[in-house]
Amino acid sequence: MASSVTRREILSLYKLLLREADKFSNYNFRAYALRRVKDGFRDNKSLTEPKQIMKQYDFARENLAIIRRQIIVGDLYRTEKLVIESKQ
Amino acid sequence: MIRLSKNIIPSLTKTLLKTTNQNQSPSSLVFLHRQRLLSDSAASGKFSVKHEDIGRPLYFDAQATTPIDPRVLDAMLPYFVSYHGNPHSRTHAYGWESEAAVEKAREQVADLIGADPKEIIFTSGATESNNISVKGVARFYAPRKKHVVTTQIEHKCVLDSCRALEGEGFKITYLPVKENGIIDMKELEKALTPETSLVSIMTVNNEIGVMQPIAEIGALCKSKKVYFHTDAAQALGKVPINVNEMNIDLMSISGHKIYGPKGVGALYIRRRPRVRVEPIQSGGGQERGMRSGTVPTPLVVGLGAACEIAQREMAYDHAWMEKLSQIFLDKIYSKLTHVIRNGDAEQTYPGCINLSFAYVEGESLLMALKDIALSSGSACTSASLEPSYVLRAIGTDEDLAHSSIRFGLGRFTTIEEVDYTAEKTIKHVERLREMSPLWEMVQEGVDIKTIQWSQH
Repeated sequence: MASSVTRREILSLYKLLLREADKFSNYNFRAYALRRVKDGFRDNKSLTEPKQIMKQYDFARENLAIIRRQIIVGDLYRTEKLVIESKQ
Repeated sequence: MIRLSKNIIPSLTKTLLKTTNQNQSPSSLVFLHRQRLLSDSAASGKFSVKHEDIGRPLYFDAQATTPIDPRVLDAMLPYFVSYHGNPHSRTHAYGWESEAAVEKAREQVADLIGADPKEIIFTSGATESNNISVKGVARFYAPRKKHVVTTQIEHKCVLDSCRALEGEGFKITYLPVKENGIIDMKELEKALTPETSLVSIMTVNNEIGVMQPIAEIGALCKSKKVYFHTDAAQALGKVPINVNEMNIDLMSISGHKIYGPKGVGALYIRRRPRVRVEPIQSGGGQERGMRSGTVPTPLVVGLGAACEIAQREMAYDHAWMEKLSQIFLDKIYSKLTHVIRNGDAEQTYPGCINLSFAYVEGESLLMALKDIALSSGSACTSASLEPSYVLRAIGTDEDLAHSSIRFGLGRFTTIEEVDYTAEKTIKHVERLREMSPLWEMVQEGVDIKTIQWSQH
């Protein structure tokens, strides 16, 4: 793995994660994924140690892969929308 | 409730069967549940309360079970799809890869509770773990010690195991709890005798969410040389637990309460000093002879992944639970009076809120809140109209016990859902109270307790 990651790469990964998380067909999973991604990046905002940054970057990429796979699975077994969604 | 399920279940089954038939044609690859499945059958039922919203109900029953976390499912799927080996097969690669996955899961579970992986036994769930612990320890040490201490608010499977032991000639002490649902440490100390082999007390109660002083109980049991078992199904992954710091000798763990799969659980059983149990199931001697039967690799992998996520997310999830429960309670208390929270408000898991709405019948409220999946207590006893034995144990009045509802929040609950649920609850409690003659009397200042009801 490369030893460092640029600010731009992190930002683009953040945007990609949000865009993908928004595709969950399940309301609760979608809401959680968006909230978790935002909070996760915010909590790690102050990291300065390159090793730590790299570790978190890799972790985020792993999660991006999980989100992409689970969106496919979720789409295969959709359910009716929740009451709260049809209201919006 | 019973009549409602009678009406709904056959129609649900019918629709499900129909969908399966339709899907037998090879052209349809995607399994789509028929749209508006629940609302269709509910609207035709004669118990329907007029309500304007359409869609699946919101899930507010996290103590009954939790949805599988997509991250957990992602870890499990390869073992459903690609790696099918028996983890006990020692002669080929299929067995080895499954065994490696099972051992990794064992480490993940052990890490969460500060145990050694060798101390983890995989079972089918917390019920089985509780059975092995209570019956297993009591029976193994039976020649010398024939006394077990438990509480009145344990889960049914612990109480029933104790009842079975009573039939075998054991003496059981069912400790009462204080009004806040917490046990009295002095009572526990008094109950312990040289005859006592086991104390079994749950960490977090499934109905009222109260948290027992586990570390204190553990220390007491250790000083009296009594084994301590705790049912941590509702607590694991939600509150920090360390088996060594808390002196826990046996602990029951459930998969589906921590966003893992159903049908899998674990038992922590101490090795130093060694706790011995008489196995309940006979067979191939898997899991150190304590639980024979092939270990279900995909489920165990799921349990392991759920434990790892729980460990990583515990503080984050807990903060979310506290935030949501605060929003919910503030909303309810700001609009409604005569609402009683069952169980201690401080020593509790914030994701379990058990409220009694005075002068409202609980079942009517559950019916009215059809948009929300709620329960009046334990799922195991939700088919009966009897008030919960847990609420009776904490001294709740009969009428209030009948009007209790448990709101179970989880990792995937949103603020919008909490707002919606609080608003609906307020609306229907007000509506039902307006219809109640008792409520009218209370408003006029009559003390209901002083009324002499005439019998006909």
